[in-house]
Amino acid sequence: MNLFKRILSELNIVAQCRKYKLSLWQCPQFLFLVMGIIIVASILIAYAFGTRYIEDPLTIALIIQLLAGVLFIIAAIITRSFERLAEASRLKSEFISIVSHQLRSPLSNLKWTIELLMSGKLGMIEERQIEYFKIIKENSNRMHELVSDLLTVSRIESAKLPFKEEDFSMQELVRNLINEYKPLISAYNVKVVFNESNDLPHVFSDPSRIKLVIENLLDNAVRYTKQRGEIKIELSQKNSNIYFSIKDNGVGIPEKDKKYIFQKFFRSENALKHQTKGSGLGLYISKAIIKKAKGKIGFQSTENKGSTFWFTLPLKKVNFYQSSRTSCCK
Amino acid sequence: MKKILFIEDESALQKTVGEALKQEDCDIISAIDGEIGLRLAQEKKPDLIILDLVLPKMHGFDVLKKLKGSAETKNIPVIILTNLEGVEDIDKAIELGATTYLVKAQYDLKEVVEKIKKILAGS
Repeated sequence: MNLFKRILSELNIVAQCRKYKLSLWQCPQFLFLVMGIIIVASILIAYAFGTRYIEDPLTIALIIQLLAGVLFIIAAIITRSFERLAEASRLKSEFISIVSHQLRSPLSNLKWTIELLMSGKLGMIEERQIEYFKIIKENSNRMHELVSDLLTVSRIESAKLPFKEEDFSMQELVRNLINEYKPLISAYNVKVVFNESNDLPHVFSDPSRIKLVIENLLDNAVRYTKQRGEIKIELSQKNSNIYFSIKDNGVGIPEKDKKYIFQKFFRSENALKHQTKGSGLGLYISKAIIKKAKGKIGFQSTENKGSTFWFTLPLKKVNFYQSSRTSCCK
Repeated sequence: MKKILFIEDESALQKTVGEALKQEDCDIISAIDGEIGLRLAQEKKPDLIILDLVLPKMHGFDVLKKLKGSAETKNIPVIILTNLEGVEDIDKAIELGATTYLVKAQYDLKEVVEKIKKILAGS
């Protein structure tokens, strides 16, 4: 009985594919089934043509066997390669998830210990010690962010990114974020101008995820803009979408790098020369979030002139019953 | 003075969070695993329990189940303090009766202390 159940579970292609967290067309078991169907179809077609043009049945049988053999070998090679790829991808995601979680614990401990020390509640710190505590804090935050980014990437790849939707105002989100970034903006000596349309409708999405996207774009714009540069942020409504764009006059993206810009760990050469810090995960994560939010993301850029990154989000749908009730019966 | 039972195996965290709460005039009772935590919860009847999930000997969810299953401890508010941030863990914790679920990586120490104080004030 157990053997029977095991055979059934091995034959359950959908369950097997789910194990790899892949779409059917990337799943080795499904591909093997498809190749099997192609082999059978090829044999039947070869037989049909063979009987029409070749008299000797032995010759037909030999041709069909040869064809089936070749197709079978091709199918086996393809599915074995996909199987190895799928397993490697699953192990990589699992590894990132486990390692990221194990790294987070000591980093959280470090972060809170530094916070307690710098609060002065355990005794005053000397002036010259503060600078070194700040270095520990900054580097601990950097490691923290990198581990968080790696965990987010692992969740994106295993399609388990939490997404909690609610009604919120993009205007408020962007304004608050620009305020939070004031220290960095002034440290880099750049000017940020925010052009917002009045009374923009709300969106229905995950504000913490969208905030992360804008943070990534703003962070890039500030860090890759030269001193005394300018960053223009625009927020408006375009048809049934909210449109957000951020334009800088910074280092820009070389033509040859543009197609890689949303890939994991990619950082273009000129960006690396300008700013060595950075994991290369920000834009990959941003694109995944906007896609999950059913929006679009893109950019225009010219090397040494600057870049404009933009994204759209669908507006919150007001249902017919709600809108008709508000207009009626005053 | 409010009594807080802190069930956490990491000594560094026991020290840091413990110190921060002592600064707020709380009496901290430390437990380094779930078994000790359950025993101390019964003995000391704290006003609040802070519970980690990844613990030696007994997982935090099993501790939570037992706390909420005992007449003596079921009404003590429990704050989950962990680095696990999967939706399934959060949902399970709330389902088992946790008052709130805090992911360490998402908060400063000051914010965690404020949330703890709010729950203590309400209990």
